[in-house]
Amino acid sequence: MNIVVCLKQVPGTTEVQIDPVKNTLIRQGIKSIINPFDAYALEEGVRLKERYGGKVTSISMGPPQAVDMLRDAISVGADDAVLLSDMAFAGADTWATSYTLGKAVRKITNCDLVICGRQTLDGDTGQVGPELAEMLGVPFIAYVSKIEEIKDGVIRVQRMVEEGYETIETTLPAVITVVKEINTPRLPSFRGMTKAKTAQIPTWKAGDIGAEKENVGLAGSATQVVKIFFPQRVHKAEMFKGDAATQVNALVEKLKEAKLV
Amino acid sequence: MGINVNKEKCTGCASCQSACPFGLIDIIDDKASIKIEGCTLCGACVEACSFEAIRIEREIAQALFGDDHHGVWVFTEQSKGEIKSVTHELLAKGRELANTLKTDLCAVCLGHHVHKLEEMAFYGADKVYLIDDPVFAGGSEDVYVTELVRLVKQYKPEIVLAGATPFGRSFFPRVAAILNTGLTADCTALDIDADKKLLRQTRPTFGGNIMATIICPVKRPQMATVRPRTFKKNTPDAARKSELIKLDFNKEALTSRTKLLNFVADLSERVKLEDADIIVAGGRGLGKPENFHLIRDLAGALHGAVACSRPPVDEGWLPYSHQVGQTGKTVCPKLYIAVGISGAVQHLAGMQTADCIIAVNDDPDAPIFQVATYGIVGDLFKVVPLLTEKLKSQ
Repeated sequence: MNIVVCLKQVPGTTEVQIDPVKNTLIRQGIKSIINPFDAYALEEGVRLKERYGGKVTSISMGPPQAVDMLRDAISVGADDAVLLSDMAFAGADTWATSYTLGKAVRKITNCDLVICGRQTLDGDTGQVGPELAEMLGVPFIAYVSKIEEIKDGVIRVQRMVEEGYETIETTLPAVITVVKEINTPRLPSFRGMTKAKTAQIPTWKAGDIGAEKENVGLAGSATQVVKIFFPQRVHKAEMFKGDAATQVNALVEKLKEAKLV
Repeated sequence: MGINVNKEKCTGCASCQSACPFGLIDIIDDKASIKIEGCTLCGACVEACSFEAIRIEREIAQALFGDDHHGVWVFTEQSKGEIKSVTHELLAKGRELANTLKTDLCAVCLGHHVHKLEEMAFYGADKVYLIDDPVFAGGSEDVYVTELVRLVKQYKPEIVLAGATPFGRSFFPRVAAILNTGLTADCTALDIDADKKLLRQTRPTFGGNIMATIICPVKRPQMATVRPRTFKKNTPDAARKSELIKLDFNKEALTSRTKLLNFVADLSERVKLEDADIIVAGGRGLGKPENFHLIRDLAGALHGAVACSRPPVDEGWLPYSHQVGQTGKTVCPKLYIAVGISGAVQHLAGMQTADCIIAVNDDPDAPIFQVATYGIVGDLFKVVPLLTEKLKSQ
């Protein structure tokens, strides 16, 4: 099994603060983390390798400092890592991102399975997994919560859909996205950390993966941001006064007026 | 291509620094320095600069499509022949867009024995494109992808919308990738830039902290997904008529590479949150899982559904299916009661369009009060049982 896991470094948005005066993101103190959903993808890749043998390569498109995250990936069991970093990649939308990842997966060659997290914490689109499958022209299964078996070039999984669970199979090579129910990511091992320290992590630029400049980064993005703004919220709640019983009585009166009860 | 600061014109006044919504500009040696990583080229700094020192260079956007793209399409999502409510919501918004563009609104339905197709007209559609075949009765995404791509190539709509349901979020990006066009996920607002005839797609990003308005200027169609319960459906007008166009297709060309072996329904949810009129939600303020009976009792008295913010799910108090918010469900009930929920933007993103919001929290500064209709500052362990009792006695 030759497995590729796609990772993204994201700002830990649960800690994101907005400067109330300037109305801008406060970046200071926000740590970059591995996209939480991607950690499940990586763990599943490593578990599959342990089950079926083979190799796990983690790849990430991002700034040079994303290499730290790729080292962490090696410390929890990835064999190799590749950083896709090039000024030309900046400003990529999901189409251009999937195009670039697709080119890198093709360069890795003989890939049986690509695993992605279901969505990222910052962009939150969930589009790169399915788009990548089409860039590679291979089958796609989203929301995988369990990999039952891989045998004779066929993968059988359970996945979460709106009304329940499906058991579904497809042929390899394929792209899947995973949900957090699939596993509990492990902590780095001592051996892993030693390996991570000395691992050679190559950086591939557009030219290295045969990506055409007009298809990557901003140039390759069909979508364009024209405006950024902050959601405006006005304090409008009618607050009830008095002790708990008085407040509850006042509330119930309001609900009755509005015919909600 | 990119964003550049002209060091000769830049005076280091820092106007751009405070304008950058992402905080990506530093003043180094009295000159502005922009970090490209994370920059969306939104242009806020360019507008803020009085010295024309910042320039965004884009290659001149040349349309990569002809002028033969017309019509607004809504993908009709159905399951076992039942049309999903998000389709009607999209028709309401699609109607507005089509009116502005003076074009047709078309519902595209791939299914088998789909019920109430005539209602597509009642909700705003001018035309219904229908392919009725057993191949679309199952859940295979591949056949939908192949067939929608073919129809878009044949009929050339200018806009195609789909629901950001689990199905939509998985199959629609594949369609966009094959068509080599842009797709904007989870839009909360859609309108038309009248001058340029472009679809302006607004969506939350950075966990709902920031809103981005996005366009797709040079490729067609312009594609967007919208979460269920984001837009309100129109009151059905039974007098409206639409044209039903039944289409043929090449069945041999449709193959599915995935095979569905089994389906197990999740019966743990008695009331579907998305469809509930009344929702009572609990948060971290409940303190421990045993206290959730307060929420259940109140929901019981109101015949409502039980929901929660993210912390109770992370702590394992309630299953994920109950989570409302950015990474959970978007709901729009008539009444939403938030108990012990502080109101992080991620939670607000999932419930702030509810008709009436009641917040119970001991912190008067909790952000939940900014979206609430009525607020009670107090101890939830006193307030909630009193409220439940009072409602039961009504």
